[in-house]
Amino acid sequence: MAEPISMLTSRPMPLIRDNVDTDQIIPSREMKSTGKTGLADGLFAGWRYTAIGGRDPDPSFVLNDPCYADSQIILGGANFGCGSSREHAVWALAEYGFRAVIAPSFAPIFAGNCVRNGILPAVMDANAITIIEEANCPITINLAAQKISIGEDQSWPFPIDDEAKAMLLEGLDAIDLSLKMAEDIAAWQAADRAKRPWIYLGANQ
Amino acid sequence: MIRKWGLFLPEPSTLFDKLWDSHVVAALPGSGALVAIDRVFLHERTGASALNSLAKAGRAVVDPARVFAVTDHIVDTRPGRTDQTLMPGGQAFITETRAATKAAGITLFDVNDPDQGIVHVISPELGIVLPGCTLVAPDSHTCTQGAFGALAWGIGSSEAEHAMATGTLRLNKPKSMRVCFSGSLPNGVTPKDMIMTLIASHGAAGGKGHAVEFSGDAVRALDMEGRMTLCNMATEFSAMSGFIAPDRKTFKYLKGRRYAPKGVEWDQAVESWEKLISDVDATFDAEIKIDASAITPTVSWGTSPEHSVGIGGTVPETAGERPLEYMALQKGQSLKGTPIDAAFIGSCTNSRLSDLRQASALLKGKKIAGHVQAICVPGSSRVKREAEAEGIDAIFREAGFEWRESGCSMCFYAGGESFQSGARVISTTNRNFESRQGPGVKTHIASPETVVASALAGAIADVRELL
Repeated sequence: MAEPISMLTSRPMPLIRDNVDTDQIIPSREMKSTGKTGLADGLFAGWRYTAIGGRDPDPSFVLNDPCYADSQIILGGANFGCGSSREHAVWALAEYGFRAVIAPSFAPIFAGNCVRNGILPAVMDANAITIIEEANCPITINLAAQKISIGEDQSWPFPIDDEAKAMLLEGLDAIDLSLKMAEDIAAWQAADRAKRPWIYLGANQ
Repeated sequence: MIRKWGLFLPEPSTLFDKLWDSHVVAALPGSGALVAIDRVFLHERTGASALNSLAKAGRAVVDPARVFAVTDHIVDTRPGRTDQTLMPGGQAFITETRAATKAAGITLFDVNDPDQGIVHVISPELGIVLPGCTLVAPDSHTCTQGAFGALAWGIGSSEAEHAMATGTLRLNKPKSMRVCFSGSLPNGVTPKDMIMTLIASHGAAGGKGHAVEFSGDAVRALDMEGRMTLCNMATEFSAMSGFIAPDRKTFKYLKGRRYAPKGVEWDQAVESWEKLISDVDATFDAEIKIDASAITPTVSWGTSPEHSVGIGGTVPETAGERPLEYMALQKGQSLKGTPIDAAFIGSCTNSRLSDLRQASALLKGKKIAGHVQAICVPGSSRVKREAEAEGIDAIFREAGFEWRESGCSMCFYAGGESFQSGARVISTTNRNFESRQGPGVKTHIASPETVVASALAGAIADVRELL
């Protein structure tokens, strides 16, 4: 179960490149165990360190900029999180301390993985993202109101589906919610088994 | 119901509607639905992680007979392999997945199992994917299996846990899109070129929010393996999935496969599968039409699959600085003739028997350029055996290719292997991302035929000149 999110105020870290893929967020070589932890060091490893497999920070990469050391929000480009379905990308972001990514669009599997791990994927127009980038100051995300704002004056709405919103706001566990529907599932399966018996594999295969 | 010619007819529906509606267990508050999942396929990269996490939460796999697992993502592909890999810590992924699947009662196609192979290659070989089924795997290329008229898509580990624990997933219904390829493919042009052309023309996010049905004469004409290549890269198009209505080719491919229905159940199944088509009057939220006869062999120039052009084309004037710098190319530069360091044939996109047959037909009796490192990795142990029975391995070896055991291999550091730092590689894989095939490696994705033509020339080449 993830930590609930309601309000988040932080200076967002700009990483405005299109098609930032999950291989960049966490390269294969940085996924070293079958666990979900120990991944923060590998976050953006290919861009963050001077050498492959090394740990010397490359000062030109934004994650190493002290201005954003406490940032909990990433400003991204289009199709953020494309590529491999590896949830390790989101585990690495969460472990590092990010709680939201704002981008013009997300790859669908990545967006789903974010919600399952308490990270808000907020879709926003690229022009608004540029304004936020240029302002380079803390912003506030109000998830309940679906609003991102700079100070009192400027704010933008963002869309999110009802269930994702509820999960993030309340830190709900999807499996718990679905297990409460066990009777519906059993009834559906009993009816389906009569229609499509070949789907239900027995021990005789 | 709608009224037509004085008759009351059911509302025409798309294939996607039929796949979706037949799996909705219940509506959820808001716009979502609880959707039944018929098959889950795990691999050793995330299998142990998902199963251990479930066990730790005190949750059981509700129907282990409908969950399968395979070693493909980390397993070594060098001859004589064991559980050891070149990837630091890689062995633990294999041994922990072995232990976790055994504890959960899940069938594992293990390292040296005769049915081992890349998940999306072996699932059809074994008849695990079937028309009309929902199948999920923690791998983005699960859409490959949509070629069978299934709704198959990639998920994360948490959703894999959810599917195993509940037999369902919580989903919002995507919109529907039809991509129609009319006409017929010219000589030397392949399903890989079809999907790359779609992504190049409509963008890597072109299918976002949509479930995509591939249709049209050029799709119908493809064999099942070609259809899998086409559906494979629906995820590079950002679609939830891609799929093709099943037909006689589909049924013929599946009949007699180990997990496919048998006897009376087979006949019942085919009867229901024949209805899995989009009705004539069905409407789609989006439609794209592509003339297959105008497609040419296609090669990527940049660091996203949308950065692709026909082999006769040049790097576009609109190309961004970052991909150009990474790929060490100039705007307006012709791709053809660009020297390569390595060539790779493999991956869930292009590693099936037909791919290897077509590649070997072009290679037969020839040698690749001396400076090119070339590797062929069959998609499954079965593909490897069948290719060897036809002498295809000998053609590859004699031409200068390495011939491997099956697995994901150098598509992405699987087995802990990648190409030499900075190498320029022509590859039948699906992703040309920065450093995906190794630090600084410049990947050009293309069809197996184009990869062979390029390996022979030592530079990116037009396969049509070999025909």
